[in-house]
Amino acid sequence: MKHTISLGLLLCLLWWILSGFAKPLLFSLGAISVVFTLWLAHRMDVIDHESHPIHLSWRLVAYWGRLVREIVVSNLQVLGVILSPRSNKIEPHFLEVRIHQPSALGKVILANSITLTPGTVSVDLDDDRLLVHALTRETGQAVREGQLDAMVPGDVEEVAA
Amino acid sequence: MSLAEGVAGLLLISGSVLLVVAGVGIVRFPHFYTRLHAAGVIDTLAAGLFLAGIGVLFGATLGTVKLLMIFVFLLFTSPTACHALARSAWLAGLREPAATIENAEDSKSAGEPR
Repeated sequence: MKHTISLGLLLCLLWWILSGFAKPLLFSLGAISVVFTLWLAHRMDVIDHESHPIHLSWRLVAYWGRLVREIVVSNLQVLGVILSPRSNKIEPHFLEVRIHQPSALGKVILANSITLTPGTVSVDLDDDRLLVHALTRETGQAVREGQLDAMVPGDVEEVAA
Repeated sequence: MSLAEGVAGLLLISGSVLLVVAGVGIVRFPHFYTRLHAAGVIDTLAAGLFLAGIGVLFGATLGTVKLLMIFVFLLFTSPTACHALARSAWLAGLREPAATIENAEDSKSAGEPR
């Protein structure tokens, strides 16, 4: 139930941000759309902790902040490699690392973050073995040391539905 | 030209420069997987700079909130697309460079491709 309420509030906010209207007629049309969307989502049975993880929203926002810094750093590394006149600066290699995320959601967040930082791409995930392609030793270093792995909020875990 | 316009121009121009550099990278890098890395620059930093530049022009309006939402949306979708490309290449048997997989635990090359 709390997921339904939270989704409803989120939809109202989204509608208002995207439209910016405050006229009564449009407002009621918006309210009808929100209720209709809630009903559809309920019928499809997609309102749960996985589609709408309210229990971890705030910690994730903090995580994103640190992730953005990682992204900027590795972007600069990749740009340096591109602009380097020596073509032997790239050292593409595959890396297999063990990741320590207990939950499926944590694994997805970690693998997505690794892909998001330029210079490393998650290629395959098999249980707790993550296969990563790295552009150079330097860009692969963070993955090798498991920096992002340690950064993902520890309590990202599935709440018993 | 106001200060906001100057800052916005600076952000937009540096974003454009990054786009060009990333394009050079896509052409220069030798293999499929390495080219993905160059494209990653466009997804994150270049797109971020562009959105920030437009955001500065908009100022504190609803438009800026929308731009922020676009950025968050990109944070989810672009790695998904990138991973889909890499994974399908891997499953199709593309092994570039030679198929040695480094195992991070013992940091020796641990043999066979799966």
